[in-house]
Amino acid sequence: MVNIDICKQKEISGILVRFEKRRDSLLPILIEVNRIHGFITPIAMAEIAEFLEIPVAEVHGVVSFYHFLSTKKRGKYTVRLCKTISCEMAGKEKIEKILKKELGINFGETTSDGLFTLEYTNCIGMCDKSPAMLVNDNVYFNLTPEKVIKVIDELRKRD
Amino acid sequence: MKQIKKKILFGEYVSGIGLEKALSIKPEDVIKEIKDSGLRGRGGAGFPTGLKWEFAFKEESDEKYVICNADEGEPGTFKDRKLLTEQPEKVIEGLTIAGYAIGAKRGFIYLRGEYIYILKNIEKAITNLKEKNLLGENILNSNFHFDVEVRLGAGAYVCGEEFALIESMNGYRGEPRNKPPFPTQKGFRDKPTVVNNVETLCFVPYIVSKGAEWFKSFGIEGSTGTKLFSVSGDIEHPGVYELELGITLNELLEVVGAKNPKAVQVGGAAGICVAKKDFDRPISFQGLPPGGSIIVFGEHRDMLKVLKNFLEFFVEESCGQCTPCREGNYRLLEGVNMLEKGNCSYRYLRELLTLCEVMKTSSKCGLGQTSPNCFLSILENFKDEVIFR
Ligand SMILES: Cc1cc2nc3c(=O)[nH]c(=O)nc-3n(C[C@H](O)[C@H](O)[C@H](O)COP(=O)(O)O)c2cc1C
Ligand code: SF4
Ligand code: FES
Repeated sequence: MVNIDICKQKEISGILVRFEKRRDSLLPILIEVNRIHGFITPIAMAEIAEFLEIPVAEVHGVVSFYHFLSTKKRGKYTVRLCKTISCEMAGKEKIEKILKKELGINFGETTSDGLFTLEYTNCIGMCDKSPAMLVNDNVYFNLTPEKVIKVIDELRKRD
Repeated sequence: MKQIKKKILFGEYVSGIGLEKALSIKPEDVIKEIKDSGLRGRGGAGFPTGLKWEFAFKEESDEKYVICNADEGEPGTFKDRKLLTEQPEKVIEGLTIAGYAIGAKRGFIYLRGEYIYILKNIEKAITNLKEKNLLGENILNSNFHFDVEVRLGAGAYVCGEEFALIESMNGYRGEPRNKPPFPTQKGFRDKPTVVNNVETLCFVPYIVSKGAEWFKSFGIEGSTGTKLFSVSGDIEHPGVYELELGITLNELLEVVGAKNPKAVQVGGAAGICVAKKDFDRPISFQGLPPGGSIIVFGEHRDMLKVLKNFLEFFVEESCGQCTPCREGNYRLLEGVNMLEKGNCSYRYLRELLTLCEVMKTSSKCGLGQTSPNCFLSILENFKDEVIFR
């Protein structure tokens, strides 16, 4: 455990040097750490706090505020299915079922191979092409069960 | 229907013309032109843009900032996505003119994390504009310097509220705060800051180059110009439509090919749900809310389910800072669940209606102040279906 954390610590100082030492760098730093490591550890938070000379509790407070910042390890791919009104009307339920079946997990869970985390999200601004979902930084829209199976297969193959 | 013929944002655009004109006149005159045009914010609150700029212009400060609000999180809204994807140069030109007008050398685009796939596109536009000397040092040899940087959000609807947005950019939890001070007094890095919506900024180059009078020939008195409408739900061609403000909902529905809908949510989850009897009302700052999100519901939709979806949204997205909003939305959702199960008495419902009034008047920000609207309007317009089911 300790070893992993030390290794993380080094990786984070590598990220920190790219940022200005000022309070408003906090969110950009957190987003970058979250992007590269998939989540933000207590040690990372401590290091960021030290870098910006602010209390760790404040870093924690900011991390806990944003849906996209995570303190838990996630899958390599986070699938976020929109569950807001237009997507719901366009057949979100079917997509929900196929995602659960194909990945073998429920929403809020991560596959045992560490590849996928399945979550809901609110409106992602794709209501004209609903149902829609995000996979990490990419958006997939006009979803059908067939399309979802294809997307998941392709992501699996990439590994 | 004259409303559907004329376009501004989806019409012709030549990059740089508005900026060149702006730089050839005094900042005060740019502000005057925007004020005269009657342009009002397209992000929801509808504040007069020229007036906001004037407030910031008058502040004495070594540094000022302009921020483009690209947090677009209102359910059913996607017009800013379209503008940022297809015409990022126009957004940046508007932001640059805003910077020149108020005396800011730096601008930011606060892009919601969900739109990260558009980031490259925006950055490419920034590079292109710099190559053309429409951005960066000594723009068009005018001695005006201006730079733009994109800042990402991380998934929080409330960060679109301008005070929360500034808190978020300053490196804090994205929680709305009490006003005053307003962002034009104390905003990003505690300096005078103007926050404008993506669409608002896109109108700016046109107004500066073609004039306030020309802009006022669109729309109606008090609601000048056109507006982008994001239309989704039970219609044949969902998408973004540019129409003049003052158009009636009926006219809009005809344009987008909505066949005999039973209800329309106007203005997103924070807006109101209207039934057929109100379809002839105009959409404007004086009429139905012109936020731009139009969600169409066909005859077969269960309005209680619709309401439940909206309230779940608000329960999740409330920042939890103040009690009327945090508790209120939760209670309203609970009430909807009771209605669904058929065990909500009329007496209890009346209590919930009182709660709605409390939320409207004592919530700290627009989220809690507007979230009861869907509850009130759906209950009123679909009584038989929702209450006496
Ligand atoms: C909960 C909430 C969310 C908001 N989200 C957005 C948004 O995503 N984009 C936006 O431009 N304005 C949003 N606003 C309105 C902003 O507070 C602000 O009025 C606007 O950005 C100002 O720009 P404008 O004058 O050009 O409209 C939101 C307001 C509230 C209360
Ligand atoms: S009204 Fe809701 S979102 Fe706004 S500050 Fe209060 S709790 Fe937060
Ligand atoms: S409702 Fe799903 S993208 Fe808007």
